[in-house]
Amino acid sequence: MPYILNTGADVKAMLDKIGVASVDALFKMVPDAFQLQRPLDVPPALTELELQQHMAELAGKNKAADNAVCFLGGGSYDHFVPAVVDAIASRSEYYTAYTPYQAEASQGSLQAFFEYQTLICELTGLDVANASLYEGGSAVAEAVLMAISIDPERPKVLVAESVHPEYRQTLATYLANIQKEIITLPTPNGALDPAALQNHVDDKTLCVIVQHPNFFGNLEDVNAVSRLCKEKGVLFIVSFDGISVGLLKRPGQYGADIAVGEGQMLGTPMQFGGPYLGMMACREQFVRKIPGRIVGQTVDRNGRRCWVLTLQTREQHIRREKATSNICTNQGLFALRTAVYLAALGPQGLKETANLCLQKAHYLADELCKIPGVSLRFKKPFFKEFTVQVPGDVPTLLRKLLDAGYHGGLPLGRWYPALGNCISIAVTEKRTKAEMDGFVAAMKGAIR
Amino acid sequence: MTNNQSTDLLFEISHLGRRCHRLPACDVPEKDATALVPADALADAPPPLTEVGEIDLIRHFVNLSKRNMSIDTNFYPLGSCTMKYNPKRHERLAGLPGMANLHPLQSDASCQGMLAMLWSMQNILAEIAGLDAVALQPAAGAQGELAALLVAAAYNRDKGQTQRTRVLIPDSAHGTNPASAAIAGFDAVSIKSNDNGLVDLADLKSKLDDRTAVFMITNPNTIGLFESQIGEITKLIHDAGGLVYLDGANMNAIVGVTRPGDFGADMMHYNVHKTFTGPHGAGGPGSGPIAVRAMLAPYLPTPIVVKDGDAFKQETNRPKSIGRVRSFFGNVGILLRGYCYIRTLGPKGLRAMTENAVLNANYLLALVKHALDVPHGDRCMHEFVASASKLKRAKRISAMEIAKRLLDFGYHAPTVYFPLVVPEALMIEPTETESKETLDAFAATLLKIIDEDPAFLQNAPHTTPISRPNDAKAFKEPILRWKA
Ligand SMILES: Cc1ncc(COP(=O)(O)O)c(C=O)c1O
Repeated sequence: MPYILNTGADVKAMLDKIGVASVDALFKMVPDAFQLQRPLDVPPALTELELQQHMAELAGKNKAADNAVCFLGGGSYDHFVPAVVDAIASRSEYYTAYTPYQAEASQGSLQAFFEYQTLICELTGLDVANASLYEGGSAVAEAVLMAISIDPERPKVLVAESVHPEYRQTLATYLANIQKEIITLPTPNGALDPAALQNHVDDKTLCVIVQHPNFFGNLEDVNAVSRLCKEKGVLFIVSFDGISVGLLKRPGQYGADIAVGEGQMLGTPMQFGGPYLGMMACREQFVRKIPGRIVGQTVDRNGRRCWVLTLQTREQHIRREKATSNICTNQGLFALRTAVYLAALGPQGLKETANLCLQKAHYLADELCKIPGVSLRFKKPFFKEFTVQVPGDVPTLLRKLLDAGYHGGLPLGRWYPALGNCISIAVTEKRTKAEMDGFVAAMKGAIR
Repeated sequence: MTNNQSTDLLFEISHLGRRCHRLPACDVPEKDATALVPADALADAPPPLTEVGEIDLIRHFVNLSKRNMSIDTNFYPLGSCTMKYNPKRHERLAGLPGMANLHPLQSDASCQGMLAMLWSMQNILAEIAGLDAVALQPAAGAQGELAALLVAAAYNRDKGQTQRTRVLIPDSAHGTNPASAAIAGFDAVSIKSNDNGLVDLADLKSKLDDRTAVFMITNPNTIGLFESQIGEITKLIHDAGGLVYLDGANMNAIVGVTRPGDFGADMMHYNVHKTFTGPHGAGGPGSGPIAVRAMLAPYLPTPIVVKDGDAFKQETNRPKSIGRVRSFFGNVGILLRGYCYIRTLGPKGLRAMTENAVLNANYLLALVKHALDVPHGDRCMHEFVASASKLKRAKRISAMEIAKRLLDFGYHAPTVYFPLVVPEALMIEPTETESKETLDAFAATLLKIIDEDPAFLQNAPHTTPISRPNDAKAFKEPILRWKA
């Protein structure tokens, strides 16, 4: 049997030692009535070679970013992953280790997570980061649960409609049975209007959530939103893009109290949606409310600097139903990837990556808008993603583009009925001028 | 050979002006950033990340990796975590470009191979559970618990049973159970364990009424015992109008032998990263799909993969669904590894997996039970919980001391001080992928340790890269990031 080492002789010796006649006897605790009397109805076993062939066949039925140029975004991006990231993350000393509860046997991962936390603090301009959450959507929900435990009395959660629709759906699911009111603030102009927000922020408001750059790719007026929140003593939660802060102000610099974000774009392949990681950082004063694992520095008995999991009295294994979150397993391996990625880029590399995204996105937007009938849907500044209005039926257009070799954009009507004639297009540093010119030509052809 | 380079922090080896990754020149006409975005949105400088060259970056993280124990280097009998071997073929297959480089929002037509795999995984997990429908979305076991409890709440709301506000949970349960219940809006009510480590039926009956929404049970439980009263328990819950939830963390003990749906569970989560060996990654990622009975299926989170003729598609329009618990499909990379594992084992292999997991645990138990107190009998499922209570009284050797000393011999420590119902708990789970020789050597070491000088043990470990850390200091004076 694959992976099983016990031979017939081993089994016999082991049963003798245990003092039973057969392996079946070990299952006596399972009442007969509940024992399955047939083999499981699952597909037959495959050898490694057959499995490889089977998976390659399945993979061959997919059009990956290698087979069609990827202009898809919406929270997952085709950014470049340097080889150093894969080289480190594929070391089995990291990927086959367990949660570092035994600090003496886990200093490698613990130190890497401490470095990750520090890098996330630098990235966000905030004081404290945890060692990762699941991904960007549940990170927003966790930020709101955290806000609730900071300020339990206030009932209103304000969220801009320009926040990723799936993040907002996740938030709604998490809060379904908690007595809080989620108010979605419309963003018909492609970003939250601070004047409209003013009418909603009052002393019943717990928090305001924006995404910056938002789901349409546009920048939010985070400075104004922050000022409003400060005036009313409201927590300001921002979902940020890890690449964008190579150029844009960091959440701490514009006054966010809690920053969360999808970490995929920082060194993790798209892999159809996961595993990714949720980044989270906050101001110092909220440290005992932050969900998930945190690594802290201490000394060992010989006075040497070392690292441990700490502040565990927030967590479910100690606090049970009173814990700040139910999260246990997190995304450790991807925190490692993110740390290696950020260290590999450094400040200059992050800035250059951000700048390439910005420049190329604007080049493509300009070129696309030269096509009759194609125009930018919003008059807002954007970063690496933008929304265009196109003539004709969007699904047909996207199908034609795919046939021409392009994952052409996201049909926004799927989430925003009023944007049924719009697609959002993401441009990473990987996209070349030639690819973009080819895409523009394909778009022209598809629209004609 | 020790290497101090690794213990320096990245920030300490950072050197102004160095860098590792370089980017191509901009191949489109470049504009000043201020011409594209408002000046007040721009930062003066990029974040002060580290500046390191490639060789220093690699040495740093490679040397750090040597300060870890891992399955590939050490036996890891860590109870409740199912630390089995992580097959190398899974890593290669998960990295196939046709799998790894798929965008989560690309059209269904352009990822039929991926959807076929996920559809098949849904069916396989339903069959193993003995339940009707599966949602693959939850990112880990805890998120599966939350999703399933939200499903239960939505179901009760639909049936007008809004008075069902309580979730009953045995006191031996994992901490995520009550934590998930609280977030799902329920009151968590603790049920006692009896002297045999099983659910105390009298206590359960006394707390069971029409306010009960769900009874969460881990079976086999965290002590490694199969609830022999499971038929009676599920009947009690169902008669009271409640639902039975199975915490599937311990599925490695029962796959192919008995099915949760057959013994009365209405819903459950899997920990694919445990039972079906997604590598644990020093704390994650996981994957926590849930399986439910047909009457609960409409409430499952979306998307669900459905087959329409020959084509697969992601179904999102399910009006009664609780919605989603995260963005995108799920932790697909871990589901894919789980799928590869199941396809490698096949029906016979899955049963062999379970049988050998239980055989190995019972064998190890037989090797140590004369020396180490095992409060709950001399038979177990895939794991057992020993107690160092007597040793502590007699020799002042606690579970922690034994755990720490094992590290000196190259064994990862068992889970300690969980479950909470066993004092000085040492929770030992060998898994099926270990050999008899490994178990023999581990048992011999364990027995040797409990004969050692207590004073020596109190200072263990002696050979690891660090000695015991000062946890109290970390807690009282938290240093959670590096500062210049
Ligand atoms: C019994 C039990 N239940 C639930 C969980 C939670 O699962 P996860 O860590 O995948 O969220 C675990 C594992 O940590 C467990 O051992």
